Amino acid sequence: MDTRYVYMDYNATTPLRPEVRDLMVRALDVYGNASSLHALGRTAHAEIEETRANVAALIGAKEASAVYFTSGGSESNNTVFNTMFLIGRKQARRKIITTAIEHPCVLNAAAHLKDEGFPVVFLPVDRDGLIDMGAYRAELGPDVLLVSVMAANNEIGTIENIGEIARLAKAEGAFVHTDATQAVGKVPVSVEEWNVDYLTLSCHKIYGPKGIGALYVRQKAPIEPLIRGGHQENGVRAGTYNNLGIIGFGEAARLAKEELPEYRQRVGGLRAMLRDLILERIPMVRINGHPVHALPNTLNVSFPGAEGESILLSLDLEGIEVSTGSACASGSLEPSHVLMAIGLGPELAHGSIRFSLGRYTTEDEVRYVAEKLPPIIARLRKMSTVPLEELAQEIR
Amino acid sequence: MDVFQWLYSDTVKDHFTNPRNVYDPDRDKDFRPDAEGMVGNIRCGDQMMFMLKIEDDIITDVRWKTYGCASAIASTSMLSETVVGMNIRDAYHIRPADIANRLGGLPENKIHCSVLGDKALRAAIDVYLEQHGRAGEFKDESAQIICKCLNISDKDIEEAVRQGAHDWYTLQEATKIGTVCGSCKAKAEELLHEFVHIYG
Ligand SMILES: Cc1ncc(COP(=O)(O)O)c(C=O)c1O
Ligand code: FES
Repeated sequence: MDTRYVYMDYNATTPLRPEVRDLMVRALDVYGNASSLHALGRTAHAEIEETRANVAALIGAKEASAVYFTSGGSESNNTVFNTMFLIGRKQARRKIITTAIEHPCVLNAAAHLKDEGFPVVFLPVDRDGLIDMGAYRAELGPDVLLVSVMAANNEIGTIENIGEIARLAKAEGAFVHTDATQAVGKVPVSVEEWNVDYLTLSCHKIYGPKGIGALYVRQKAPIEPLIRGGHQENGVRAGTYNNLGIIGFGEAARLAKEELPEYRQRVGGLRAMLRDLILERIPMVRINGHPVHALPNTLNVSFPGAEGESILLSLDLEGIEVSTGSACASGSLEPSHVLMAIGLGPELAHGSIRFSLGRYTTEDEVRYVAEKLPPIIARLRKMSTVPLEELAQEIR
Repeated sequence: MDVFQWLYSDTVKDHFTNPRNVYDPDRDKDFRPDAEGMVGNIRCGDQMMFMLKIEDDIITDVRWKTYGCASAIASTSMLSETVVGMNIRDAYHIRPADIANRLGGLPENKIHCSVLGDKALRAAIDVYLEQHGRAGEFKDESAQIICKCLNISDKDIEEAVRQGAHDWYTLQEATKIGTVCGSCKAKAEELLHEFVHIYG
């Protein structure tokens, strides 16, 4: 039995990188409360401010003070939507524009505003996952309070044109938020270039610890605490500082920025290699996501005729860890909302696999996956009730 | 029970990676079934087809195909092994719970997938009966089905109570009743109380 272990689910989360881990082990003893004025507190405070500067640098923010620490992407996104709720319920400008392919934490926060009576629009996307700019322009107007579009999609890797989206929104006086959880550390991210008011990021996607993240808030953009209490983070986020998480975040952010060019090139090359090997060895597949505007590490492939959870578990038996958009795997009866939004038929959506590569992926691992995958797909297709020929035109 | 944990039981893993009686388009070109049944829909992510060869009401050979998850594959493989050599009447009355037990139980969110094989088998037998002017022959004689989702009858509830189930929780543990749509709960609880009163 092969005991190989190949992790290709980096979009779900990443391992803690050793440099960050070492620093965190040392930081276990930094127990001072960063709000205290004595020496211990000051030490913690200094480390936290260093992280803030590193995170600001990673997202191209001029002012470190615009970065607020949170427990992660979900909290950052919810903080923005909660702020819009508090503002919008008192005024006529309260329309929210977001997209059909956001992460569930944005979708559910937006749905909550809808329940509260806010007009909320979930923009459709095209076959590649880019938002429909025509529909977007048509929805824009003086009643729009917030435009929230993710920078890069977690399932298919499509990168949205945030600069242009923000420009159009700003012209109407709306606030702009982007959930950049998947973009940060994989492609250049710049709050200044994009001119967004809010940006979300999460540390566990960049080889740091879980349970820590940040929200960028442009100066003068409104922000209300989701968690009220002490005066930490200028009253925007109460709670004693998570020293350990923040210190780990600082190092992860520093390294992510430093290594970005090398990461893009190397991981992008491996992704292309995996894609080409799959296309070469397996007939009738569809590569999902934008062919150009896509994350360098994310490869989403539909294998019609083979059910996603069966593929996933077959790969798992070979020590390969991936994820799927199949309904069966999620326990619901609906396949991935992202794959449905890009217009895939259920036959393609249920049979999709997301390979997300990362900084520890090797060429050897890519070859191993490309070797194990074809017989798995062939076996499942062979026992399938789905006539492949009938799906041929769906692949396009 | 976690799906992965379940999959890694030796029996399930074996049936998933090496399914029995699965239709092979190359090897089984000459397999001529006497009846076929197809259930499910690819739109919902799973579909199952069962093919039967029947002689004097005995199932002599079977093949099946599926677009389905690991649970559907493993359960149907086990089911297919079980029914060969069986009288179609007995095969018709096989309960998914029996198959699940032979696989060492099933994770709750996988029950929906695993009953597909059983449904396809019944569909095939129904087709066979219809072809022979015996439509519906087994339907009314079977015990009364209480849980439609899982095909659990009043007899099953009675048996579970005799084996020691004494409340809703332990009955569910024994039979998985009411774990899909849940609409059978009121009726099932009524019967449960009745049987607990008799046997308890
Ligand atoms: C696009 C996106 N947004 C938000 C999140 C949630 O981040 P966190 O796990 O830090 O709450 C994730 C991670 O799953 C994500 O991929
Ligand atoms: S009828 Fe019993 S679970 Fe649906």
